[in-house]
Amino acid sequence: MKGMTIIVKSVSSWVKMLVLLFGIYITIFGHLTPGGGFAGGVILACSYILLMLAFGREYAEENLSLCVASKLDCVGALLFAAVALCGFIYGAAGFFLNFVHQKWQAGQGSALKLVSGGTIPLSNIAICLKVGASLFMIVLILSVFRADSSSGKEEVS
Amino acid sequence: MLYAMCFFLFVIGLYCALVKKNMVKIVIGIMIMEYSVNLFLVMLGYRAGGVAPIVGKDEFDAVSGMVKSSFVNSSVDPLPQALVLTAIVISLGSLALMISICIRTYEKYGTFDITQIRRLKG
Amino acid sequence: MGMSYIFLFFMIFLVIAALIAVHTDNLLGSVICVGAIGFGGSLMFLFLRAPDIAITQIAVEVLGLIILIRATISRDKTFLSGQREFFGIVVSVAILFAISAVCLKAFDDLPDFGTPAFVSAARTQEIVASQDYIEQSLSKTGAANAVAAVILDWRAYDTLGEATVLFTSILGAVVILRKKTRNVGETGL
Repeated sequence: MKGMTIIVKSVSSWVKMLVLLFGIYITIFGHLTPGGGFAGGVILACSYILLMLAFGREYAEENLSLCVASKLDCVGALLFAAVALCGFIYGAAGFFLNFVHQKWQAGQGSALKLVSGGTIPLSNIAICLKVGASLFMIVLILSVFRADSSSGKEEVS
Repeated sequence: MLYAMCFFLFVIGLYCALVKKNMVKIVIGIMIMEYSVNLFLVMLGYRAGGVAPIVGKDEFDAVSGMVKSSFVNSSVDPLPQALVLTAIVISLGSLALMISICIRTYEKYGTFDITQIRRLKG
Repeated sequence: MGMSYIFLFFMIFLVIAALIAVHTDNLLGSVICVGAIGFGGSLMFLFLRAPDIAITQIAVEVLGLIILIRATISRDKTFLSGQREFFGIVVSVAILFAISAVCLKAFDDLPDFGTPAFVSAARTQEIVASQDYIEQSLSKTGAANAVAAVILDWRAYDTLGEATVLFTSILGAVVILRKKTRNVGETGL
């Protein structure tokens, strides 16, 4: 698909970094301020979709291709499961145990600081990767499908 | 009264999903049903004059680490909000799946009309 | 008292937008009305003291609009309308009235708007989950955001299930939209 006019391209080349930074901020501070992994992941996907809408699909595919997005998706899901399984070190009833907080951080006055909350920021980052990569992948696939079907070519996927 | 209007929104979405012929209208009806259910769940946990369930700087006791009872008595319920947060993202995933089915069907049959699809074969 | 007028105003706006979305013949018009429902819902979440959900709803609404518009615009025959045969409509509307009459009776058992569900449950039960979550989120999990603590510590199994559901639905959508089969020796998704 083609991009948009020159005004949209120049404005979105400044704005795309702000949206990406905002998504990362909402994810990392998810245990202190409203937001969390889900909102941050959706905003991260929105920044790449802004790239796709303004500059065209090929430009966005060079930045983050379909293979890399699907691998990021799987990495996010496996990271979430790994954080959960690490609780098994501390006993049989340890699935999803917040072992970082209970063993190392409790009682040390680390409330309302960035490094607090135990495994919660790690899970937030994993969920953000997973949700962001999934939603970007689906919009990319929709635009690839429409380009192929409207031009009438038969392309190998 | 507000709960009844939420339910009325749900019934509008259900009517659209049952009666319309256009496949995209059916998808829109399902989305309206999902919005109304999310809204109803969050409205169940609202406390009049309450605050958001996020602890601020002066709402907890730094010595003992416990929150003050003024916060506990005035915050809204966090449990429905947790349920709805995941439900919103899942509704986007299911919308993607439904729209991909609609696009594939349009590709094969050339129309969004579900009565026509029933009559064509192969 | 002023707050419930705001909620009533938003709900009336949502109901009118839903009625327009259902009845209009133009598909672009109904997609825009669905967008209006989403934005109105996000503002309602903000007034209902749920800022996490308001952020998520706005961003999901924008992505949902992009997906819907990409699917419906520039496809022919988007002005399709009309209903099915008359007898089917009458039976559907009759069943909807019956369901409404039964469900509206159930609303008498709900607590009034403005009292959270766990406060009225605490009068009859010993241990209420939400009370524990609010009191002990900061000390037992270390997170100031009680909603983040609930979805990632107290109820983390549900988040694992949600991640699985999202993964599966996106996988299904990608497989459905795949074009022709791959040649031997080609790599790809």
